[in-house]
Order: sequence, then C-alpha cells, then structure tokens
Amino acid sequence: MAEVSCRKVVKEYDGGVQAVKGIDLDIADHEFVVLVGPSGCGKSTTLRMIAGLEEITGGEIWIGGDVVNDVPPRDRDIAMVFQNYALYPHMSVFDNMAFGLKLRKFPKDEIKRRVDEAARILDIGMLLDRKPRALSGGQRQRVAMGRAIVRNPKVFLFDEPLSNLDAKLRVQMRTEIKKVHQTVKTTTVYVTHDQVEAMTLADRVVVMNHGIIEQVGTPQELYHRPTSRFVAGFIGSPAMNFLPCRIDEAAGGGLSVRVNDAVKIAIPAARTSRYAPFKGKEMVFGIRPEHLTQRREEGRPGFEPVELLVDVLEPMGMETMAHFFVDGAPVCARLDPATEAAPEAMLALTADMNQMHLMEKDSGKVV
Amino acid sequence: MSATTADHARTRASTRKNSLHKQRLWALWGSYAALSVFVIIFLVPPFYTLMTSLKSSAEISAQNGSPWVVNHPTLDNFWYLITYPNFQTYYINSVLVTIVTVAVSMVISVLAAFSLARMGFWGSQTLSTGVFLTYLVPPSLLFIPLFQIVGMLGLINNLWCLILLYPTLAVPFCTWIMIGYFSSIPKELDEAALIDGASYIQILTKIFIPVAMPGIIAATIFAFTVSWGAFLYPLAYLYTSNQMVLTVGIISDLIRGDVFQWGKIMAACLLASLPPIVIYAFLMDYYVAGLTAGATKG
Repeated sequence: MAEVSCRKVVKEYDGGVQAVKGIDLDIADHEFVVLVGPSGCGKSTTLRMIAGLEEITGGEIWIGGDVVNDVPPRDRDIAMVFQNYALYPHMSVFDNMAFGLKLRKFPKDEIKRRVDEAARILDIGMLLDRKPRALSGGQRQRVAMGRAIVRNPKVFLFDEPLSNLDAKLRVQMRTEIKKVHQTVKTTTVYVTHDQVEAMTLADRVVVMNHGIIEQVGTPQELYHRPTSRFVAGFIGSPAMNFLPCRIDEAAGGGLSVRVNDAVKIAIPAARTSRYAPFKGKEMVFGIRPEHLTQRREEGRPGFEPVELLVDVLEPMGMETMAHFFVDGAPVCARLDPATEAAPEAMLALTADMNQMHLMEKDSGKVV
Repeated sequence: MSATTADHARTRASTRKNSLHKQRLWALWGSYAALSVFVIIFLVPPFYTLMTSLKSSAEISAQNGSPWVVNHPTLDNFWYLITYPNFQTYYINSVLVTIVTVAVSMVISVLAAFSLARMGFWGSQTLSTGVFLTYLVPPSLLFIPLFQIVGMLGLINNLWCLILLYPTLAVPFCTWIMIGYFSSIPKELDEAALIDGASYIQILTKIFIPVAMPGIIAATIFAFTVSWGAFLYPLAYLYTSNQMVLTVGIISDLIRGDVFQWGKIMAACLLASLPPIVIYAFLMDYYVAGLTAGATKG
C-alpha cells in the first residue's frame, strides 16, 4: 500500500506535442482515484507514466515515498489491468495469475495460496484450468484483476478496464471492482472516459482536459461545485445546459439571468451578492436537466417559472427527457414519465435557480 | 399482407436464392477445374520420378512400352543408394548442414525480429526494411564475391562454408516473417509482462516464442527448405565427395560423362525429398497459419 504523487509531470512526444502539461496530483494511501476526460486529454499517458511504461519528460513521480522516474515497471511494485485484458493466451488462468509470482521466485505453496485467495475473491475458482480463449469477456477481466491482486502490490492501475464489455456486464464489473477495492484497500488509479464509471467508483475524481487537470474533487463536489465550464459539462448525464446570457437588474431590485426577451429568470437572493460584480456582463448560464423540471412547487424560493417550446420528447421509462432550443442553443429538461407535454407545444417548466451556475464567457471559469 | 403480395415476395426470394445458388455452383466448378490443372502440373513430375525409380536400367532404355507404366517393378535403385557409402555421406552432410543452418538462422532471426518489432529503437523501421531488401538480392549475384570471402577464410571445399553462407539466405526472410508475427501480438502483452516483473529476454522466451509458435514453425520450415534444397553454393564451393551435400552429390556421382543413371537419380531424388515431405506433412497447418499471419499483420 502506498501513496502516489505527481509533481509537475510533463510528457512531451517527438515533434514537441505535449500530452501532459505539468500536472500535480497527490493520491493518498488506500484511495481510489479516477482519472477521467475525453480522448486525448492525457489520462492514459499519466497512468502509463505512473506504471513506468512511458518515460517522463519532466517532473517527478513518487510511489510510496520514493521517486520512481528511472525505476523500471517491474521494480515499482504496481499491478495494471488493461482494457483488452492482456492475458497470456498460451497459459491457463492459474498460470496467468501466477506468472508474476513465479518470476519473483515465490515458493510454490505460497503461489497456490495467493492464487486461490484471489480466485475466491473474484469467484473464478472453477476457471483456473481454462485458457483465456475459453473465457467470456467478463471472466477475462476478472482474471486480469486476479493477476493484479495476487501480487499484493503497492498500487493498482486500471486503464479503461470495462470499455470492452457490454453495457450490462460493465455495470456488474463496476460493482465488483468497487467490492474488490473495499476488500483489499490497495491504492488505486483508474482511467476511464466514462463519467458514470468515474462518479460511481471514485473516492476522488480527477478531470483532465488537453493535458492539464481541470479539477480534482469528490464526485459530489464535481457535480455540485464545478470550477469550469468543461467540468460542469463533462460531469452529469445528460450534460448541463449552457445558455449565453446577461446579468440584469430584476424588477424587484435583485438580479436576473436574461437569456433573451422571452427568457428572463430571477437569481435567488442568496446569490445576489456573489453575482453582483457581473451585472451587465455577458456570461454563460448553466443549469442541469434535472434542475429544469415540469412546473410545480410554485412559490418556493429559487424555483422560477420558464416557458419553452418543446422540440423533441424522449421517454426513457423512469423519466422523459424534453429537448428545446433557445436562441439556437440546445436545452434539455428532465420530466416526469407521466408528463402530458407534447412536441411543438409550449411547456411550463420550473428552473431550480438554487442549483444554477454562472460562468465567464471567455475563460469558462465558474464564478 | 395480401396473398398476392406474399406470393410475389416468395417468388422474388426464391429467384434470388436460385441465382445465388447458381453463382456459387459456377464458382465451385471453376475452383475445381483450376485446382485440378494445378494438381496435375505439380503431381506429374513426382509421379514420373516414382515410376522411373522403380524401373531397371534396361526397362528405362527400352523403346517400347509407356514411360508412365512400370512393367517389372524393382527396388534395386533404392537398395543401391542406401548401401552406397557416398550417398550416405551426402545424406549425413545435408542433415548436418541443415540442422545447424536452421538452428543458427532461427536464433538470429527470432532475436532480430523481437528487437526490431518490439524494442522500438532509433532506426529500427529502416533496419527492418533493409533486412528484407537483402533477401531480394539473388544468390547468383553473390556467389562470385562470396567465393573470395570463403577462399579468404580457407573454407573452399569445406562443409562449414555452407553453414556460414546459408543463414545469409534464410535469416532475412525468417526475420521478416517473425517481425510480422511479433508485431501482431498486442503491445499490452509485453507491457503486462514487464509489470509482472519479466526482463526482455523473459518476455521473449516465456511470452513471445510460445505465442508466436506458428510463425516460428513457418520460419523454421523456410530455413529448412533453403538449406536442404540449395544448389548453387554447394556446386560452386564443394568438389570432393566427402564434403558434398545431396543436391550436388546426386548429379555429380550419378551422371558419369554422358551416362545418366536415370533410375538411381530418380530414386535419389525421392529419398532426398523424404525429409521435407515428412516435415511439411506434420507442420503444414502451422506453416499456413504462420504465413498468413505474417502476411496480413506485417
């Protein structure tokens, strides 16, 4: 078990392309940290640098109190689970899991004890004699995790381990990974582009974009208090609605978000002082679909009425997503499944402005 | 759907099915015809060889009767060769040269292919293309300059000159096959092994060689064929019976002036073909799989 730290870590490829641009990150012992971001954001490169599979161009990586920049992967005491499982095809499940221990010259009975224990945790005891080609995707991924567990390493590294699985199996394996972490408590760094995976698994989520860390925080922090428009848009499904707006003085003396002549929404009194410096400025108004619902709770502070023309309805069973266009910008609202809304008709909505976000137009910084 | 529409749909489907069936039938007939021609062209010479090897010299030189039929089969030609000391020497020499050539070629090409395909050092791409280009230089261009080198080394009329020269023919192509095969192994496999604690040599011996066994067998068969069937180099560099290999031994020993001992020559050819036939028969599946993988992934 160990803590992992990145200090001003840079990865520059031939031709001067910087995949990682000087990131700082501290991961505590036993912590489960998920690196999330779109393709090409540098999350896998960061993980591979921690693993020692990529050379570090600048900065330092610490594992368990030691700088490991020049330490080869085998001496870092880490284990990694790959997206395509990377099981040795000519070896049985037992041999796959025992390979690392055999190379480290563990006694035979100790190898057997550890493999059996990992197989018990992952419920793959009956597969130990099979070759990887005789396993399903989920079983293969379990074996890959088993190979990591038997080594009892300081750090687990997961590189998009669920991306090759179908949706149902992905949810199931997500739970298993969480269960395994709760059992073995090894420090874990997990890379994914799936924000749902990130939110459900992580103690802390690291959102990366263009080689930098946009924000680090607990899933709740990222969801409720994003610091940038990128994070606000990346976390949450469906994504947050963004509308260009101006902060105006409201009739009653407070402030309001003016999207256009038809859409003006009052800002709650509790936020007036926070947004006062931006009065008269062009900003971006952000509100999540779940905070834009069918009209109800009239009169509650912060719940403001809005009327929009429905473009498309998407019934999902447990909810119905309604899509609108406001000055060309797409807007999504989460409605009750029993809604009587109809396409191309006006719909009375309530915006929970207590959950609104306001961003600077150019920098995208949440104010 | 009304009954008429359903009938139409059924008719359309059946016409389509029939037309597909016909096309497939034609394709099959075409394939069989082409393959039959191919099989005849390739099997007639060995058949003729077999027939001639079973004839006595008198029957071979007789003007009457069909050359394709043996009237009085005899194993005399085979027996003569098996008990003929020179032929035994050629056979032993061929086996020795081939075993050493295959071993040396495979060690060099597997190591070269692994480093070129996986170690990703500066210039590795250019080097691997260069390796293949050397294969394109015909041996007939090289044997005169090589004569100088072999002479300088004092290996003219010495079996070991073949062991030195054959790998120059086998290694480039074997390396090329192995580069293709090694490249088709997912990169994550060696990364997983690296993290598991393997050194590069362990990755090669414990992961790559077992996984790439079909490719290795394909390359081994190629090296074997090159060494077993080479004619030009032994003809150019060897001239005494005790150093000769089968390919040149057969013609230099069994053709005396203008006397061709056809029965013995044919029997010798068949005996010389035995090892390749046995090896091919056992390893054909691997050979095809190996060549295909190398071709598509390289």
